Amino acid sequence: MSAPRAARGRLRRVVSTALCFLLLAGCATVPDNSMQLSADSLQLRQLQTRRIEGIDEPALLAASVGVLQDLGFNIDESETRLGVIVASKNRSAVDVGDAVGDLVVDSLVKAALDAMFSALFGDNFDEGDDEDEDDIVYDVTQKIHVSIVTRPALDSLGQPRKDAQVLRITIQRLVWDSEGRISHAESIEDPKVYQKFFDRLSKSIFLELQAN
Amino acid sequence: MRIRSLLPVVLGAALLLGCASSIDQVMKTDQSAVQLRSYQERAFDTADKEQTLRSVIATLQDLSFVLDKADLDLGVVSATKLSGYQLRVTVTVRPRGSSQMLVRANAQQGELAVEDPKPYQDFFTALEKSMFLTAHQVE
Repeated sequence: MSAPRAARGRLRRVVSTALCFLLLAGCATVPDNSMQLSADSLQLRQLQTRRIEGIDEPALLAASVGVLQDLGFNIDESETRLGVIVASKNRSAVDVGDAVGDLVVDSLVKAALDAMFSALFGDNFDEGDDEDEDDIVYDVTQKIHVSIVTRPALDSLGQPRKDAQVLRITIQRLVWDSEGRISHAESIEDPKVYQKFFDRLSKSIFLELQAN
Repeated sequence: MRIRSLLPVVLGAALLLGCASSIDQVMKTDQSAVQLRSYQERAFDTADKEQTLRSVIATLQDLSFVLDKADLDLGVVSATKLSGYQLRVTVTVRPRGSSQMLVRANAQQGELAVEDPKPYQDFFTALEKSMFLTAHQVE
């Protein structure tokens, strides 16, 4: 086995051992601030919340289910009396740009290493085994979870109104890589995603109110 | 060479076994029911179950959770937070006498029950703000 390949093989084993330990660390502790309101809680709330006039709670929930179906979600759970809808969908997580980028970077690194070692030790490096060649890890699949919660808006006396609601949507996703490991477990905090949802929701509300 | 490349796998497997997966886990707790309830449970001075559940749900959303389940009759809400880790929490709301609601939370992260009182205290602090009510320790 040639020097650079042996070195890369060793590196990979170190990395895989480190990953094992990282996964194990996942079953050890909860981050200390996991249940604390953070500095950007308020900002996220604004991003994820809209006040909607001229609709009652059941109609708004129905319109929301319509949007979720438009977006290909399946409804997992609902409790109308608490204004709760839970939905999810499984989708591909392959980012073509990412995968190709990784491939390019990997082959560039390999070429650079090969060039460096052949400059140092001569030309006979290419006969090593190629067991480590094809294990570029990339994101393959994802599960997207959504919960929508509505509540009646309050009037000036603090009483719930029938004809105005407040709706908040929160979105998360789990992403698995090509080796079946979870590569991301995250909340979606991109304003564009929420903006798109609320654009679709206003159209769906329009249709819902037309239908009745 | 072969043995060395197997070593991390064997080590990882051994450690994982130590961390879970035995039938004993089904009925296992590390603390007594009284101990657990002392930090997982609080009473609020309200008789409104629906409003309490709605406040719990709003608080969980504030804390970046996505709901998994909600049931008004049973008084149960479950939710998950993904933030590099996976934190799953179930909150129950039931009447205590005629003037109080008893709120209990239990959480797990990955394969482990959360048995540190701090996250629960933080949760009830956030819930107090949402309910405009004080969380009372239950005797």
